[in-house]
Amino acid sequence: MKKSLIALALLGFGVAHAQEQVVKIGQVSPLTGGQSHLGKDNENGARLALEEYNAKGLTIGGKKVKFEIMSEDDQADPKTATTVAQRLVDAGVKGVVGHLNSGTSIPASRLYHQAGLVQISPSATNPTLTNQGYPGVFRVMANDIHQGKVLGEFAVAKLGKKVAIIDDRTAYGQGLADQVDKAVKASGGTVTNREFTTDKAVDFKAQLTKIKAQNPDVIMYGGMDTQAGPMLKQIKELGITAKFLAGDGGCSSEMFKLAGDAIGANAYCSNPGVPLANMPGGKTFNERFKKRFNADIQVYAPYAYDAASAIVEAMKAANSVEPAKYLPALKKVSFDGVTGKVSFDDKGDIKGGAITLYQATGGKWEPMK
Amino acid sequence: METLLQQIVNGLVVGSVYSLVALGYTMVYGILGLINFAHGDVMMIGALVALQAILFAQKMWPSLGPLALVGIGLVVSIPTCMLLGYVVERTAYRRLRNAPRLAPLITAIGVSFLLQTLAMIIWGRGYHSFPQLISTVPMQPIEGVFVTPVQITTLLVSAGLMAALLLVVNKTPLGRAMRATAENHRVASLMGVDANKIIAITFIIGSALAAIAGVMVASNYGIAHYTMGFLPGLKAFTAAVLGGIGNIGGAMLGGIVLGLVESIGAGYIETWSFGFLNSSYQDIFAFIILGAVLIFRPTGLLGERVADRA
Repeated sequence: MKKSLIALALLGFGVAHAQEQVVKIGQVSPLTGGQSHLGKDNENGARLALEEYNAKGLTIGGKKVKFEIMSEDDQADPKTATTVAQRLVDAGVKGVVGHLNSGTSIPASRLYHQAGLVQISPSATNPTLTNQGYPGVFRVMANDIHQGKVLGEFAVAKLGKKVAIIDDRTAYGQGLADQVDKAVKASGGTVTNREFTTDKAVDFKAQLTKIKAQNPDVIMYGGMDTQAGPMLKQIKELGITAKFLAGDGGCSSEMFKLAGDAIGANAYCSNPGVPLANMPGGKTFNERFKKRFNADIQVYAPYAYDAASAIVEAMKAANSVEPAKYLPALKKVSFDGVTGKVSFDDKGDIKGGAITLYQATGGKWEPMK
Repeated sequence: METLLQQIVNGLVVGSVYSLVALGYTMVYGILGLINFAHGDVMMIGALVALQAILFAQKMWPSLGPLALVGIGLVVSIPTCMLLGYVVERTAYRRLRNAPRLAPLITAIGVSFLLQTLAMIIWGRGYHSFPQLISTVPMQPIEGVFVTPVQITTLLVSAGLMAALLLVVNKTPLGRAMRATAENHRVASLMGVDANKIIAITFIIGSALAAIAGVMVASNYGIAHYTMGFLPGLKAFTAAVLGGIGNIGGAMLGGIVLGLVESIGAGYIETWSFGFLNSSYQDIFAFIILGAVLIFRPTGLLGERVADRA
């Protein structure tokens, strides 16, 4: 009697299991190394989206669907990015949220394209990513042509005409710095220096000393907070009075820890999209995120959330979890995400991406009017 | 002129950080012939433990002055790192004493990853702001040239430690035993030297140096993070090789030379190459110098011809 009960239970379990379909979604960002706080933020954003869909219980193609996140670490390194991309392809993921950096997203996109996968980057802003002609590549953030223009024009109009530019020689940093360079010159300013560092450096005094000799009004940095924070400190230590300007990579809450007392009203940054408080779903997202992970949002978590949601929404619309089937639906997708309305243009860039400028005030980034 | 002077000051400061870390590297190498790649990570642990101690002390006794707090940080982190150094030596390296020399090298890299991951689990992925207890308010000893007290302290600490190390190694019975072990640990054992003990002590001293370096590096940049040991570790290794690995004075010299070359290189490479090269070639400059030194003086700037080690 007992045995048959167990058998029955096992059978019942087996049936329930067969009806449920597990769908793996890949997520890639640097989970170790200097940028791992940003990488974890992305992972959390994507995870939250998938968990919420699981809690709702979706049925796609007649089967109950359970989403599983497969999170990989690309160490912000282009070579590692292709290795982990291959791992995701081999594991049969149905879509990829990632990567965080432009320098990793671009080489990985080729592998996803060859495997016929869909890739949505939450935060890679280098224009090249969506200009390669891969139909499955999308991003939910405005690209650097736009951001660089806003930054450059703002610098010349509001902060001063002499601009020194430093970048970290990554696809993101260099790309953004080049766009700012163009915009500064186009709006009548001069670029006093182009200096360079790496995304692993901690000491920038040599470059800053060289910049100081040209006495610029503004120092713009194209790169991540990991370097921007210590750079602000060293600017102060060298007695430089120029204002500091960074792109989205320097627009994190971690900046205030990294820069200590050297960050104040002298520092500005820009971020594609609108401030979290002004996002349609921003406030509740912030609460849900805090409750689930007990951590502050760094920068890109809402975008990773929307990227994962876009994949699921397209799957729902196409009633299939296969990339080949849901890709046409993704091209037409339109829904209200946390960051705003999510829909893509022909290239895969988000439509109507706004850029917001922020100033450091009282220990956090305040959006500027 | 101001710019050149400032670049020299910058170079000296970065160089003293490299020297400080390089001292520990070179001492372990000098005795064991092992490149302890985990040294940078012991330094990181030292910084994070000191941070924890300082934060705790600040909470318990808010009236303490900055120097007392730095002292507490060091008093807690030095023994912790000594213990860590001993444990690493006992568990990871001692078993490989007679293994081919590649084995301990790979093990050292493994230990480095292990320590980093452990620190990531304990202290998380975020950055910790390290309280800047030694002032970072810039001073101008010469008009237009800026230097902060913490930077001067770093330079003095690394010079002081170098002198202390030289004394220990050359003037004490312990130092004599160390030098004997370095020459040949089997023969040293025959002469009544407990080679295992001496090697353990070498690691303990090396780890104490790493703890001090960690506190100085963290105060200098104001940040502690689980990956902070990697780059200084790599640069310090370069500095130690440049100065003559195994040579204590050489580590100091190598660090300072590397710092100066990097900072002057980044500052002037563009002018000197008529805009053909730029400051992203900072490291190339340093490695050209390293290459040149090693071609003409394979044992480094101050290295003597080392007796054939295993």
